[in-house]
Amino acid sequence: MSAPATAPTSPGIAHPRSETRPPSGGWRIVAAKELADHLGSTRFVVLFVVLGLAGASAVYSVSQQIVSVAAGVRSTESLFPLLFTLSASDIAVATQQSANTPLPSFVALISLLAPLLGIAFGFDAVNRERSERTLPRLLAQPIYRDDVINGKFAAGLAAIGIALGAVLVVIAAWGVIQLGVIPTAEDVARIVVWYVVAIVYIGFWLALATLCSVVMRRAASSALVAISAWLIVSLFGGLLISTVVGLLAPVSASPTTAEVIANGHLQDALTRISPDGMFQIATQAILDPHVTAGILTIDQRVAVAQQGVAGSILSLDQSLLVVGPQVLAIVALSVVCFALAYIAFMRQEVRA
Amino acid sequence: MVTQASPLAERGRDSTLEPVIEARRLTKRYGARVAVDDLSFEVRPGEVFGLLGPNGAGKTTTVLMLLGLTEPTSGEARVVGVDPMRDPLEVKRHVGYMPDTVGFYDGLSARENLAYTARLNRIPRAEAAERISDLLAQVGLAEVAAQKVDTFSRGMRQRLGVADALLKDPSVLILDEPTASLDPEGVVELLALIERIALERRIAVLLSSHLLDQVQAICQRVGIFYRGRLIAEGSVRDLASEGSRTQDVVEVGAQASDGHPAGVDLLTAALRGTPGVASVAPDPDAPGRVLVTGAPGIAGALTSALAATGLHPVHLRTHEERLDAIYARLVHAAAEAPAAAPEGRTVSLAPAPRRSIRRAPGRAGHRRPERSDQDGGNADRSNRDGGDHDRGDGHDHRDDDAGGPR
Ligand SMILES: Nc1ncnc2c1ncn2[C@@H]1O[C@H](COP(=O)(O)OP(=O)(O)OP(=O)(O)O)[C@@H](O)[C@H]1O
Ligand SMILES: [Mg+2]
Repeated sequence: MSAPATAPTSPGIAHPRSETRPPSGGWRIVAAKELADHLGSTRFVVLFVVLGLAGASAVYSVSQQIVSVAAGVRSTESLFPLLFTLSASDIAVATQQSANTPLPSFVALISLLAPLLGIAFGFDAVNRERSERTLPRLLAQPIYRDDVINGKFAAGLAAIGIALGAVLVVIAAWGVIQLGVIPTAEDVARIVVWYVVAIVYIGFWLALATLCSVVMRRAASSALVAISAWLIVSLFGGLLISTVVGLLAPVSASPTTAEVIANGHLQDALTRISPDGMFQIATQAILDPHVTAGILTIDQRVAVAQQGVAGSILSLDQSLLVVGPQVLAIVALSVVCFALAYIAFMRQEVRA
Repeated sequence: MVTQASPLAERGRDSTLEPVIEARRLTKRYGARVAVDDLSFEVRPGEVFGLLGPNGAGKTTTVLMLLGLTEPTSGEARVVGVDPMRDPLEVKRHVGYMPDTVGFYDGLSARENLAYTARLNRIPRAEAAERISDLLAQVGLAEVAAQKVDTFSRGMRQRLGVADALLKDPSVLILDEPTASLDPEGVVELLALIERIALERRIAVLLSSHLLDQVQAICQRVGIFYRGRLIAEGSVRDLASEGSRTQDVVEVGAQASDGHPAGVDLLTAALRGTPGVASVAPDPDAPGRVLVTGAPGIAGALTSALAATGLHPVHLRTHEERLDAIYARLVHAAAEAPAAAPEGRTVSLAPAPRRSIRRAPGRAGHRRPERSDQDGGNADRSNRDGGDHDRGDGHDHRDDDAGGPR
């Protein structure tokens, strides 16, 4: 009778597990079922087609351009990743030709669409169990409560991996035929690394969408919130950052070094907490290894300028070094989202 | 619809067995609202226990605490000897549960839905397939096994829910409102199935319901649950027995001295003034007869009263109290009970509680604040429910009851 008025309802947290896990983790059973659902869903087919068409048209126009530019291009090292990173208009500008399509590059398209993939496989993960009223029944089976959310996250990630991997493989193969260039081992390695980083990035959106699906009872509101977040970050993120930077660290008409450095620091800091910004930096460092200002912090740029190494090409392991912190930061963001989803789910009432 | 003793109920409870469900002073609060208040009961293997109560009484909350899906504010539960908060998996391995609003994955077939449950319970594939076919046949869904669940009616989903709960071959079965949306035949079939399974496999069944007539046939014991408190517990027969009853309802038909049936008016005139009679009303089910409500054992006095006016009784039957009447009476008494009930007399219908009926002890000190709190919050809903049951019991003795001892 002396219990507090609002008692927490968090069995999984209040009572640490006292026994060993059953033979096969419950999350795997949940994940297998969810993945089967995903792969058979219209949602998966639609996303696969959209992704495939977007990627194919971007790569097609680029390869046309590359081929038309010259045979001399073939000698360039790391030509193959260009297929993914260049847009037709980039080449057109570089060669003073008119581009026949204003399509962005493959990776630009993917980084635009990637959040959508994460949202699509996560926004109704938990609240669908509620609206279908399957949650009490599911949780009455001998699995832990976190198995449900872990399994769903794993299945979402797997579905995304399959979709993106398949598109990537098909397009790479087609690019090989178009360009007539066999990718070097390093090219392949770079693309594989990029694929992994992209999955991590999409994982962040999946975790965010899963959080929405736990917190919001209705799938529609959950999707709306997740998509708003995506729009803000992807479309208005850069704009927001430059506005904030311009306000907080303005650069006068005749800029001093201190001003530029302060401005640069803020720009770096803000870009590196935006998952979108981090993914773009990582993409550039991996696939476009020419040292460009974009991938370096202002301090690195200063160092590079002093050593006069600008314009050099990063080797794969140098790329990985540059990318490491970005990837870690994306992982950390995902972990935060997932942990929030997890805690919210553990504390929630089971009944609808 | 009189109380029927089933073979199972006849057998009585086997008190030599350890209880597989034990609730000890379970209490659950949501903020200031007490959903379950100091609830204690136990269920033994092979026994069917009915948890009866109006909407919002706390039945679902109790069930969720037994499964470890909701943490009790205080008190504890033991299911198959395990505390569901400490070792929820062990409990869930042995407990088949059907929630009150049972749902399935609409995009999967009935068989696929059950197959998922089987996988979650680590039932080997071949064994699962066999068991699923068997269970689907038992609940009458064999023909639609391959159909997607989104084509199912509510009743079909409920049947599938029962199959789902039985799939893990449980030693405890917890069914939350299992008959809520079944057709009459479905109810009979389902209850027969539950009864048979309880008997054959010696599993303990806890079922919650507010559809009393349906469950009384198979429950050996019922607990009547009202605003989170267990206001009475015992077999239907015990609850209906004289000692706890406040009044009889007697159906009376008579002939006048000329051999013609005495009309309702004549009967009413003859019986109305009899000492102990509270009300006389036409019997809605039998023309020419009246229902007399009065003190227990009134039948004898009625015979004399008829004789005194020259009528010959041709029909005189004391209605056995149906569970819903008992329920209405107890719930009504609990709702109207003075806030500070004397020790041990929360319901206080009988001078001395009978041995087999365990009444929840009144905790006088706590009642007043909780009641006023509930009156402010959930009271509307609960009172309305209570009223419905009262009107529905067919005995129309509400006003008279209010004057009875309490
Ligand atoms: N999450 C919650 N927050 C606050 N109050 C709750 C919550 N869940 C249930 N309650 C309250 O607890 C009480 C008991 O609810 P419960 O669902 O256990 O009733 P019930 O007996 O199963 O009713 P029904 O017959 O309608 O299914 C109700 O008064 C309800 O309002
Ligand atoms: Mg309920």
